[in-house]
Amino acid sequence: MSAASATSATTTTYREAARQALRAALAADPRVFLMGEDVGAYGGTYAVSRGLLDEFGPARVRDTPLSESGFVGAGVGAAMNGMRPIVEIMTVNFALLALDQLVNGAALMRHMSGGQFHVPLVVRMATGAGRQLAAQHSHSLEGWFAHVPGLRVAAPATVEDARWMLATALADPDPVILFEHVGLYGLEGELPEPGAPVDLTRAAVRRPGTDVSLVTYGGSLPKALRAAAHLAETGVDAEVVDLRVLRPLDLDTVVASVTRTHRLVVIDEMWRTGSLAGEVAAAVAERAFYQLDAPIARVCSVEVPIPYPKHLEDAALPTVDAIVAAARATLEGGP
Amino acid sequence: MSPAATAADAAARAHARQVLAHLVLVRRFEERCAIEYQATRIRGFLHLYIGEEAVAVGCLAPLEGRDNVIATYREHGHALVRGLSPASVMAEMFGKASGCSGGRGGSMHLFSAQHRFYGGQAIVGGGLPVAVGLALADRMRDTGAVTMAFFGEGAVVEGEFHEALNLAALWELPVVFVCENNGYAMGTALGRAHAQPDVWRRAAGYGVETEVVDGMDVIAVEAAARRIVERVRAERRPYLLEARTYRFRAHSMFDPELYRDKAEVAAWRERCPIATYVARMTAAGTLTADDVAAIEAAVAARVDEAVAFAEAAPWEPVAALTRHVTAEAP
Ligand SMILES: Cc1ncc(C[n+]2csc(CCOP(=O)(O)OP(=O)(O)O)c2C)c(N)n1
Repeated sequence: MSAASATSATTTTYREAARQALRAALAADPRVFLMGEDVGAYGGTYAVSRGLLDEFGPARVRDTPLSESGFVGAGVGAAMNGMRPIVEIMTVNFALLALDQLVNGAALMRHMSGGQFHVPLVVRMATGAGRQLAAQHSHSLEGWFAHVPGLRVAAPATVEDARWMLATALADPDPVILFEHVGLYGLEGELPEPGAPVDLTRAAVRRPGTDVSLVTYGGSLPKALRAAAHLAETGVDAEVVDLRVLRPLDLDTVVASVTRTHRLVVIDEMWRTGSLAGEVAAAVAERAFYQLDAPIARVCSVEVPIPYPKHLEDAALPTVDAIVAAARATLEGGP
Repeated sequence: MSPAATAADAAARAHARQVLAHLVLVRRFEERCAIEYQATRIRGFLHLYIGEEAVAVGCLAPLEGRDNVIATYREHGHALVRGLSPASVMAEMFGKASGCSGGRGGSMHLFSAQHRFYGGQAIVGGGLPVAVGLALADRMRDTGAVTMAFFGEGAVVEGEFHEALNLAALWELPVVFVCENNGYAMGTALGRAHAQPDVWRRAAGYGVETEVVDGMDVIAVEAAARRIVERVRAERRPYLLEARTYRFRAHSMFDPELYRDKAEVAAWRERCPIATYVARMTAAGTLTADDVAAIEAAVAARVDEAVAFAEAAPWEPVAALTRHVTAEAP
């Protein structure tokens, strides 16, 4: 990890790191601007952009009306015409109103034009459940976007990635969607200085281990790390892989991990059916079947709209206990 | 006649020849497309613009090279008038690698970076937010360019139209919204889909100025477009032009036209934008029968050349299938 070579580190939150990333991007390139609902005067729904309006003014920290399709499409057009927009969609739930512009627009322009046009657009959005916001505000649909050729999809899951993924995303000539899990904004962590842009092609091994691979991303990473800590207490050495990039998946890193541990648990807050976890499991079955000493396990959300009461919401989502149990089951089921 | 009057006269003649050349090019090109479709060299959806040519020809006349154009799947005419070569457009229809989109797009997705022609967008209403963004980029950099967005009246009942109009008005963006109101969205007559049958009235709700023009009259369309483009460029705010027009052919090659009378079509055909223009210009002495014949002959030759080019053009190798998804590694 880059922490080893860092000259110093400060402790900060994921939210603050994401704000630093925006501030640095706006300061570095006059083509960059941020737009979305309540990014300016309100300071961002999750307070990520607080203060930036005063620093950069209303043209570059641009509040939009409630028009998800309209302003995402405006981001596509501005990107095609020389700007580097960062569009914030409040949450993935509302991104459903902009699916046309993301899937029919941003993702396809390069292809339909035979490579003449490209869409250097960054879209950030909050995702995920866990805050008792009930069924219409708790979706995890990362895999829908990761399904689409032409999009790059990533999920910063650490403070360092919150700070450094944006620069790589902005340098990408094609559209990049960054999913920020709502449960992560308050996360505290080390921010090594000086940092460097994240390699948006590689997954990261967050905890090396030898006995079982816990592969996950986004809001489930802290859960997987806690599960690994629990497992360690009983002598099970779990490796935790943070996918980081959901499209294109860095399967080499996953397969390398499984080749070391011979057991795989995939943790994903999407519903199991059609989840990204299913894709990872299928890819490992295709590429590393003979490395496996136990059936692949998945820990996903229960197939129910996310309920409001805390005890039911918790029961619907991947939990540390469920991850620990799934990992143990792969060890018991082995030869 | 004074020398000045003679010069103006010559300019008017030259302009009339240019307008007619565009009208005839679009018409003959598309008639040929229909034939090539029957011959199965063009496949998929093919939406002909025949009958509506005056709208593209008139509207695009005042645009400059720095301006942006975005259109729908019924965009062959807009592409040709904007300056894409008939050969590159025909090759695209054939799906050939020499097509203006490398063959990847086909009839509905004509693109040209060189001509600032942003498609060829086949989701009804989908190009309108993109037009807002094109104009936003120009506004933020103060380039003085305008963006012209073409769409059918069918798009007016999509949410994206309303979001785009509101954004363009709110942010004072130089967008010319051109509604090509041909009365039908596939088989749905306007009155069966619009609670408010006057498209232009929609814009008033966003404080956007509008004009309604007879879309069968290329002179009227061009005059309106010149006024509007000049104002949009100077005042940096959007404008909506509703051009009332009619498509003479089916919606696409799959449409049996069950939803409209032959008599209605015949009545509109009487108002053919090309025939009426030729009649007016020859009566006024601005065009001669020789001019018309020369233009027809030149266009026929260009269309033949376009087809020959498209026929001879190479197919993209299957080995290249996965190109143009994201940037290629250097
Ligand atoms: C969002 C969307 N819905 C439906 C369609 C199918 N469709 C293609 S063209 C069309 C009619 C559109 O009519 P209009 O906007 O008036 O344009 P015109 O075809 O008359 O030029 C429809 C419904 C589509 N392409 N996109």
